[in-house]
Amino acid sequence: MENIQNQSRRDFVKASAAVGGGLTLGFYLPGSVSVAQADGGGGSAMPNAWVKIGSDNQVTILVARSEMGQGVATSMPMLVAEELEVDMSKIKVEFAPPAEVYINSLLGGQLTGGSTSVRDAWEKLRKAGASARMMLVAAAAKEWGVDASAIKAENATLIGPGGKRMSYGMAAPSAATMEVPKDVPLKPVSAFKVVGNAKQKRLDTPAKVRGEPMFGIDTKVPGMLYAAVAMSPYIGGKVKSYDDSRAKNMPGVKSVVQYSRGVAVVADSYWQAKKAVDLLEIDWDEGPNAGLNMQKIWAGLREASQKDGAVFREAGNVEEAMPKAAKTVTSTYQLPFLSHSPMEMQNTTAHVTADKALIITPTQFQQLIPHVVAGATGLKPEQVEVRTTFLGGGFGRRVEVDYSIDAAEISKLAGGVPVKMLWSRETDMTHDSYRPAGLYTLTAGLDAGGKMTAVRFHSTSPSISARLFPSIVKDGIDPFAVEGIDNFPYAVPNLKFTYVMHDAGVTPGYWRAVSHNLNAVALECFIDECASAAGKDPIEYRLGQIDMDKANKHKWSGLSAGVPVGDRMKAALELVREKAGWNSALAKGRGRGVAVMEGYNTVIAMVAEVTVSASYDVSIDRIVAVVDAGPLIHPDQALAQMQSTINFGQSAGMYGEITVKNNSIEQTNFDMYRVVRMNEAPKSMEIHFVKAAAGQPPGGLGEPGTAVVVPAIANAIFSATGKRVKRLPMTPENIRSA
Amino acid sequence: MAISLTVNGKAVAVNSSPDTPLLWVLRDELGMVGTKFGCGKALCGACTVHLNGMAVRSCQTPIGSVAGQKITTVEGLGMNAVQKAWIALDVPQCGYCQPGQMMSATALLAVNKNPTDADIDAAMSGNICRCGTYPRIRAAIHAAAKA
Repeated sequence: MENIQNQSRRDFVKASAAVGGGLTLGFYLPGSVSVAQADGGGGSAMPNAWVKIGSDNQVTILVARSEMGQGVATSMPMLVAEELEVDMSKIKVEFAPPAEVYINSLLGGQLTGGSTSVRDAWEKLRKAGASARMMLVAAAAKEWGVDASAIKAENATLIGPGGKRMSYGMAAPSAATMEVPKDVPLKPVSAFKVVGNAKQKRLDTPAKVRGEPMFGIDTKVPGMLYAAVAMSPYIGGKVKSYDDSRAKNMPGVKSVVQYSRGVAVVADSYWQAKKAVDLLEIDWDEGPNAGLNMQKIWAGLREASQKDGAVFREAGNVEEAMPKAAKTVTSTYQLPFLSHSPMEMQNTTAHVTADKALIITPTQFQQLIPHVVAGATGLKPEQVEVRTTFLGGGFGRRVEVDYSIDAAEISKLAGGVPVKMLWSRETDMTHDSYRPAGLYTLTAGLDAGGKMTAVRFHSTSPSISARLFPSIVKDGIDPFAVEGIDNFPYAVPNLKFTYVMHDAGVTPGYWRAVSHNLNAVALECFIDECASAAGKDPIEYRLGQIDMDKANKHKWSGLSAGVPVGDRMKAALELVREKAGWNSALAKGRGRGVAVMEGYNTVIAMVAEVTVSASYDVSIDRIVAVVDAGPLIHPDQALAQMQSTINFGQSAGMYGEITVKNNSIEQTNFDMYRVVRMNEAPKSMEIHFVKAAAGQPPGGLGEPGTAVVVPAIANAIFSATGKRVKRLPMTPENIRSA
Repeated sequence: MAISLTVNGKAVAVNSSPDTPLLWVLRDELGMVGTKFGCGKALCGACTVHLNGMAVRSCQTPIGSVAGQKITTVEGLGMNAVQKAWIALDVPQCGYCQPGQMMSATALLAVNKNPTDADIDAAMSGNICRCGTYPRIRAAIHAAAKA
């Protein structure tokens, strides 16, 4: 994992072949294989480019991240357009295919996640735009026989001495032959016209409002058939045998095939396939987890939590300090499995023939698909073409490529026909990769004044990375299992933080804000408990102990700021106290709670105001957040991401719980897996963005709010009721029994 | 035997079996994919269309039950005040649930020219959005009411 602030790695630029007499431009990281590929690409449209300029003057910007609602299909082109000097209303946007050039430097893959899209693109894409502009200018300078410094680029037009003009389209063929600039100066932030434009609209809104085809589920290719599937109701189960005598005789059915994870019916329409699939009689092998249930899962986690675990942060000597404390506070937080449940169920259109495969899919991880489809079909990765559609939500679910493999297998088994495989909601919810459940035990020693002198943190949960990216798991530490706590922001001299990796038998997956939603939730609830034990105001208590030391005392992993941010946290807390009217009185049954966190180099301080009824029903009256995310590229959509993450966290904190019974996921649809609806959304949301400091890079916004709203609500419930919920979600039952 | 109905003002005859949900007739047979599949159980509202002007869940509406009836989908809204407000406020994020949201909002405004927040809650709580566009949906409905 590389920190964005480490700018020692210098990108260099390479022009590649022209498209339609135009210019394509890509950046290549030193040592990557795509340098050679680019050199050998003569005459063809290279896939690894950020900008295409056609001789018709059409500027196309390639977006190499998946658009799942977070707005990358607008924010990333804004970064290019700022330096390219083109009008955002005139550009076209295309989703990029998998290629080395598009690797996200913060994640090491062409992968959309970790709130890194803008962080990674911040400098890279502005340089892409600037390089293209400099080459266009150089082409015009050559044509006119003048110095490049005499030429101005504006609105996709080159303007020379005496008012000479040349369109980008006219200059593009010659620009493609110009030397790629080595030194690419960027505009100062103060000169931005596109980046930070509060009036910029999303480029994809009109098409979404007209209901145009754009999602994976909307895909249509010539000769396409439809597949519905039956997958094991048991976690890890497999088909033992099946009887398709009724299914295969249903109208429209073309074939019934058994693939690795189930049985598929391929038919002329989805409904025909779905009706037939429901008539399959399948005998399932329950697999290695037969009889798994929540009692066993929690017992397993409790037993595993007795282990010492791997130490991931330590300071002073907790064992010596704890007995000397005037008072100790200890709590275990029990956090449940959660489903991603994006509105668009998993689907893929696959066409696998003897020598190639076409995969059209809503994915967050296009780079991995050629490899896994090759593995499943016997083709080579270079024979697999991947096209990314718009995603009807992602939230981490679409980092998984399982459904692309399924569709490829089905297409091949059905005789090499193009097949659109679509899951039902029931299949989607019961075959998710779930936000891990876990146990989070915190113990603090307080001095006579209530200050923390020692903190012991011990978590036990499944490791997601051990399954998906085992190479990043070292010495028992999954960096994505300790995030949100290894950047512990309070000045406490004695610390010992440990993690126990425990496979609970339920597939764990990256879920929006990943372990911030576990660790930071437990921590910020616990700090509130300490404040309460100390008899202090929760904001005062935090302010009094935030670590203001600028020295890096600990190298933390993951996608956090990587440097101490005490000053930013203090400022955010002070501002949220003021904006929320923290000290004003509330009526009986109402309460206010606070939480603060740094994640993805974004600091959020949030206050929730709730009303709790006598029967412990909670309504969220007001959310006030102060967000320090550095410079905002697309301010209105930065706001939208805060609204989004608050909603997503509210769903999880108030209602979200996936449970297992008889080795099956119990929740199958939105009647059993409750999510926030219009009438339950916060009645008021006030989001205040902090002005960026000079030179401050952008932080991520697609995730962190999710993890902050949960403890803010829990602490507000405590303030309203005196009930400290330690078992989520915050249902009336769990509040009552707290 | 073909089933005749009117979709967005045009007479169409479809061959799907009578038990086929209207959702799949629209998407697979008529190629109008703006109407979305979200749960298959009338729990999420993504598939909302108008049946003679009333909002219904097309995933639970067999095509045989709407023979001769008038259906309106998102493709037939014709850039109405609701859609214009949705664009003005940049309501959609992923956008998947939005056709259903706009169909529910349009049906609400057809019978209630100036809905209160409580009216909006009552009319819109059958439509799930996982991205959390609720505050913008509410604001856009109020804006469309004033348009």
